Amino acid sequence: MITFTIDGQTVQAEEGETILDVARREGIHIPTLCYHPAVEPYGACRMCTVEVERRGWTKLEASCTMPARDGLIVRTNTPDVYRFRQSLMGVFLSRCPNVPLIQELAAEYGVTEPPYPTATPEEKCILCGLCVRVCHDVVGAKALNFSSRGVDRLVGPPFLESAHECIACGACSIVCPTGAIEIALEDEAIYKEKPIGPTSAIHVPSLQAVPRIPVIDTNACIRFRQNDLTDGEIADACGVCQTMCEAGAIDFDQQDELVQLKVGAIVVATGFAMWDPKELPDLGYGRSPNIMTGLEFERLTGAAGPTAGQILTAEGKVPKKVAIIHCVGSRDERAHAYCSRFCCMYSLKQAHQVKDKTGAEVYSIYMDMRTFGKDYEEFYRRIRGEGIQFIQGRPSQVTVDPVTGKIFVEVEDILLGQVMELDIDMMVLATAIEPPPDAARIASTFGLGRTPDGWFAEAHPKLKPVETASAGVFLAGCAQGPRDVPDTVAHAGAAALEAVRLFNRGEVTISPTVAIVDAVKCVGCGECIMTCPYHAIDHGAEGKAVVNAVLCQGCGTCAATCPAGAITALHFTDEEIVAQIDGLLDLVV
Amino acid sequence: MSEPFEPKVVAFLCNWCSYAGADNAGIARMPSPPNILPIRVMCSGRVSPEMVLRAFRSGADGVLVLGCHIGDCHYISGNHRTAKRIPLLRNLLGYVGINPDRLRLDWVSSAEAPKFAKVTQEFVETVRALGPMARDSATEETGG
Repeated sequence: MITFTIDGQTVQAEEGETILDVARREGIHIPTLCYHPAVEPYGACRMCTVEVERRGWTKLEASCTMPARDGLIVRTNTPDVYRFRQSLMGVFLSRCPNVPLIQELAAEYGVTEPPYPTATPEEKCILCGLCVRVCHDVVGAKALNFSSRGVDRLVGPPFLESAHECIACGACSIVCPTGAIEIALEDEAIYKEKPIGPTSAIHVPSLQAVPRIPVIDTNACIRFRQNDLTDGEIADACGVCQTMCEAGAIDFDQQDELVQLKVGAIVVATGFAMWDPKELPDLGYGRSPNIMTGLEFERLTGAAGPTAGQILTAEGKVPKKVAIIHCVGSRDERAHAYCSRFCCMYSLKQAHQVKDKTGAEVYSIYMDMRTFGKDYEEFYRRIRGEGIQFIQGRPSQVTVDPVTGKIFVEVEDILLGQVMELDIDMMVLATAIEPPPDAARIASTFGLGRTPDGWFAEAHPKLKPVETASAGVFLAGCAQGPRDVPDTVAHAGAAALEAVRLFNRGEVTISPTVAIVDAVKCVGCGECIMTCPYHAIDHGAEGKAVVNAVLCQGCGTCAATCPAGAITALHFTDEEIVAQIDGLLDLVV
Repeated sequence: MSEPFEPKVVAFLCNWCSYAGADNAGIARMPSPPNILPIRVMCSGRVSPEMVLRAFRSGADGVLVLGCHIGDCHYISGNHRTAKRIPLLRNLLGYVGINPDRLRLDWVSSAEAPKFAKVTQEFVETVRALGPMARDSATEETGG
């Protein structure tokens, strides 16, 4: 432990710490320009210069590169230090007379006018090299460096041409103290992809996320992007979050783990995916940024959204006419024949929000209004009274004016028997939900059946809505079919209770339909062991087959396979089936 | 003698898919021929070759085996056995003087009521065209 003083205050430092490190930790202010905690100190700007006294000798030292030593006496604000910084600011202000940060800092040291001739009044770069260090050491892209010497020295990409190595991460622009670097994106794809999605690489997925833990978007994260772009050559780029996180919660070295759990019951609650409205291009999704799905509208109208909850078109204007289309991809043989159930309610809510927030003319275009739940019809009546235009019909055509961006919707109001043409500013599509893309894999993993529309099949549509064909596996929520929040909560509660019921009994009831082995007939060939889908048969004493009645599900495939006729499938014995055959054929003779 | 030939077809239906499919076909009032004599087994893998031959010997004019689609078996892979066993048996039927077309294997899920009706109608017509068992080959049909 090193002990020394700063401005009369006794401080302690670890080996290797600089004076600036200690001062910042102790809350002693030392002005800096080229310092950043994420990169190694460089001593370029000299703003952090302090007076250091050692063995009676004093001298001026840059505190960012000066290591702490025992017995040092550091003074951060002596007349000498002040004069030094004053002359420094004179130089900076003469180089960059129009940078606010330099102007303010210079004024602090009494410099208000550039003391030297200013050759380039638009210059912003003070050549501190922070961007160069970040690009080299943190990002690993090495797209920026110094070039030329002396008064010609400047920072830029090689030959000042757009650099292939640059990944447009923007790190240089963020660290630059004077705002000298602007990112001009030639290819805005990464930002265009999610116009109203999260923009930071680390973010909490949604306001009400459970657990409320930030995630790293691997498409935006510098470390993952550099790793992908260089085929793993630069695997340790950036990682600033890991360095900065005081809780040590970020670990880029974490590997996928395979964990084996022994469980007594499984609840499958894998939910749903949103159907992609691009599959049916006639509703114009993708042709205008003002045609959006209900989910995108939620993001737009959410208080944490890009417009802080204001409903604005992509042009930043308050829409005057908004259409909300129900049943997009639901109840449509071309996409999904079923009703997605909860869209009518959220579409009514969204119609209300548009009306309430913007006062716009709102057209609700629906097939049938399905407000099926408790108090839902009352909500529908309330919305009907708010001056929203309800049109029963299906939009037959949607066109987008390439010049004005107006959206034209042609729809027949079947109640009026009239074709209407609406010109609107914004259109919200209540898109269908569908089983997630990996539902087939989940079904085969857990031995679940699926209904023709792809949702997991319950054991009985009325009497066993959470049970499945596999014992001990239960369904909760939209994994089984579309349902809204209250229904999901009830369904999930039932599934949880079914699972708990198994635990409380401490024993399981098995079906009497199992296979048994006649040990006298069994020759121990092992055919049944290879056949059994449940690994319920094994070699027992004397090499004879033994059936584990708990694992056996009673399919009887082993009985049909056994060459010695030693296995009997209880309740479906050979004799019983043969008697059925004979009986049936006698009957019709 | 003038009575028209009505084939007798024994159908082995797996409990989870095809039997439920037959049930659904009935509920949906889809006509399936009365010639079908259903026998429920837990899995199409339960159907041993002996049972098929027994059905022929006892006087069936055709045997239909219906199971879950491959990958959908309630018993994971029971129908994989069926998929190997029944085609092999078909190949051997000729040796005992039975036209292999009298045995058919197909997959009908519980949701495929229309397919159940279609398969049973088709198969009964096939067997009807083949005529009663004994007429199959030049030599007298033994019936297994």
